[in-house]
Amino acid sequence: MNLEYGPEHQAFRDEVRAFLDANKHRAPRPRAPVPGQPPSTPKAWQQLLIEHGYAARTIPKEYGGYGAAPDILKARILAEEFARARVPPGHSGDDRLVPTVLELGTEEQKRWLVTPSVRGETTWCQGYSEPGTGSDLASLSTKAELDGDEWVVNGQKTWTSGAQNADMMFCLARTEPDAPKHQGISYLVFSMKTPGIEVRPLATMTGDAFFSEVFFTDMRVPKDQIIGKRGEGWFVANTTLRYERGGLGDPNEAESRFNRVVDIMRRETVNGQRLIDQPVYRDRLLKLQGRILAMKFNGMRILSHDIKGEEAGLPRWIVKLNGCELNHQIAGLAIDALGELGLLYDGSPHLRDGGFWQSRYMLDLGLIIGGGTAQIQKNIIGERALGLPKEPKAQTKAAGA
Amino acid sequence: MDFALSEEQRMLQDSIRGYLESNCPLERVRETVEADAARADNVWRGLVELGVAAVLVDERYGGVGLTLLDAALVAEALGAAAAPVPHVASCVMAPVALAAAGSDAQKEEWLPRLAAGETVFGLAVTEQIGRRETQGVRRANGRLNGGRLDGTALFVLDGAAADCILVAAEDGSLNLAAAADVEVTKLKTIDRTRTVAEVSFNGTPAEPLPGSLEDRTPLSRTIDAGRVALAADTLGAAQTMLDKAVAYAKERRQFNRVIGSFQAVKHMCSEMAAELEPCRSLVWYAAHACHAIPEDARLMACTAKAHLAEVGQFVARKSTEVHGGMGITDLLGLHYWFKRIGFNRQMLGAPELVRDEAARAQEWI
Repeated sequence: MNLEYGPEHQAFRDEVRAFLDANKHRAPRPRAPVPGQPPSTPKAWQQLLIEHGYAARTIPKEYGGYGAAPDILKARILAEEFARARVPPGHSGDDRLVPTVLELGTEEQKRWLVTPSVRGETTWCQGYSEPGTGSDLASLSTKAELDGDEWVVNGQKTWTSGAQNADMMFCLARTEPDAPKHQGISYLVFSMKTPGIEVRPLATMTGDAFFSEVFFTDMRVPKDQIIGKRGEGWFVANTTLRYERGGLGDPNEAESRFNRVVDIMRRETVNGQRLIDQPVYRDRLLKLQGRILAMKFNGMRILSHDIKGEEAGLPRWIVKLNGCELNHQIAGLAIDALGELGLLYDGSPHLRDGGFWQSRYMLDLGLIIGGGTAQIQKNIIGERALGLPKEPKAQTKAAGA
Repeated sequence: MDFALSEEQRMLQDSIRGYLESNCPLERVRETVEADAARADNVWRGLVELGVAAVLVDERYGGVGLTLLDAALVAEALGAAAAPVPHVASCVMAPVALAAAGSDAQKEEWLPRLAAGETVFGLAVTEQIGRRETQGVRRANGRLNGGRLDGTALFVLDGAAADCILVAAEDGSLNLAAAADVEVTKLKTIDRTRTVAEVSFNGTPAEPLPGSLEDRTPLSRTIDAGRVALAADTLGAAQTMLDKAVAYAKERRQFNRVIGSFQAVKHMCSEMAAELEPCRSLVWYAAHACHAIPEDARLMACTAKAHLAEVGQFVARKSTEVHGGMGITDLLGLHYWFKRIGFNRQMLGAPELVRDEAARAQEWI
């Protein structure tokens, strides 16, 4: 057990801190990240960060990045120092698409897709879920048929985060209708301005439309706009999902939100008594703190495995499930602590924290469902980590299936 | 930066686990409990030979001078086996108290015997955490020599077969009394793999640890260490209950399928794993903090104790449910772990009391 960072990393931390002190005034105002939305960091700030190696740090130079060797601890230090300075961090382009293309794309695709994403010039949306395809993603039915040098795409996607504003989509479509379901899918990329696309925003319970339904009618996509081989889209998509799942349920984010609830309970009073002085509220806060600290140290354990290039296993499998649940509970406690004030919304007089907590309470419920539902996570934990057998497949009629 | 056990720590844990797997199976636990013995003597002697009693004792006094994290790893292994041996009080709290507040003479007298397993200590601190009704020990005389104690201490940990009682008096001082000079009444709890006693002092001669007379820090550190050890014990016991539930779910068949293939059962197992796994990191950090990050020690010891109490209770209940009717039988023996987790939850402070201390430790109130 050694929690010291060592001289090289301590020096890196000092350097980042000095940079932030000197440049903080040039930084954009922090904004709460919207789940699934493409990064919205202003281009000039992103460019400055890339030049110093504080954004797109490990993306190769030829694709617009800084080109440093991966160093997990330095990445962590960057995240910590930007959070500490309350300065929006940079990004490495779309964190689902860019690693996927870097891993599986052709040289031409890397130049075409990665560079503008890293610079913040193109934003992406993900076309996976369909109305009839939720947790069983591989059963998707949007089809792409080859006609000369073009794919002709027909079908519908839904829950497409940020589709209204995105420039590009990466999309799963069935290209081999006769193959078994996991082997008949390809991973296509195309502009959202392609004729034949229609985007209909889908308002959610928060009142905002973070998602859209996307319809394809005889949309034509050049044949080579496919990542990986034809029919291997399921494998490519799992690469992307791995990157996306890694980001949901971050314990450091949960801890910083928890600290804001502590502030509320130390600041707000009911009948003249601070909430923190009311044993029942306080005990709820402390119970939650135990779970949050456990997940924080679990995160440090995962980080140490990553540094050594080891598989973390179970400690990682539980992050999405526990982290999303905790975030929902943190928001729930904040609302309960605020009582009637916690009901206020949408710019109302007396609103606390800009309505953040009600919005989070609903969004975080969405994140318990999205990115692999809590129940799917429990299947993954049970089957992969504990070795329990899968649910037997239902008998399906082979003919015409 | 490496948030992980060292190679030596993994070896220590493996050696204790391996020893207990061979020498302290369920039959041994049952035999000890049914004989109403204070401990499984052979197991205890074997553990002492492996150095279990010497972990926290400085090398100067015949110990191995390791850290609370090492002691927590031992506690975890003991919990995993539901081993009926004295540990939390005698091998964790007593050496911490003696090192923190004992005089050189006291350390020289007691620590070598403690490390060799020759002297077993009982710890009487309950009255400093959650005093019930009229219990409490009063130190009648503040002088270093010839101090005397009056009163009654309840729930003296490892108390029934102790040679020596380390007792916290009402003023927060820690005092040593010989078991031969006090009246020890064994208390029967649900967990018969541990012993607790009621100890009555009646003008009993006792020797204060001088470092604890003006300063409550030694008492706090002793309680923190005991709480971390109890949390680690629960971690081990709950892991055993989870492992047993998973093994049973893979083997038991109903409706022509193993029950672990039903999501209702699988998800109970996944929930146990998802709750328990982060506890390992929490216990590691809390133990490490007690040793190396003093400003975090109290908060983390309280948090680990209270959180493990909650997760332990959850796992104990769910694991029993996965086992169906067998889960509640004496035959299966799962109840030894269930009860051990229940014991750890209340000792040295029930979760609500301990969380209140956590609030104070971070100056929320």
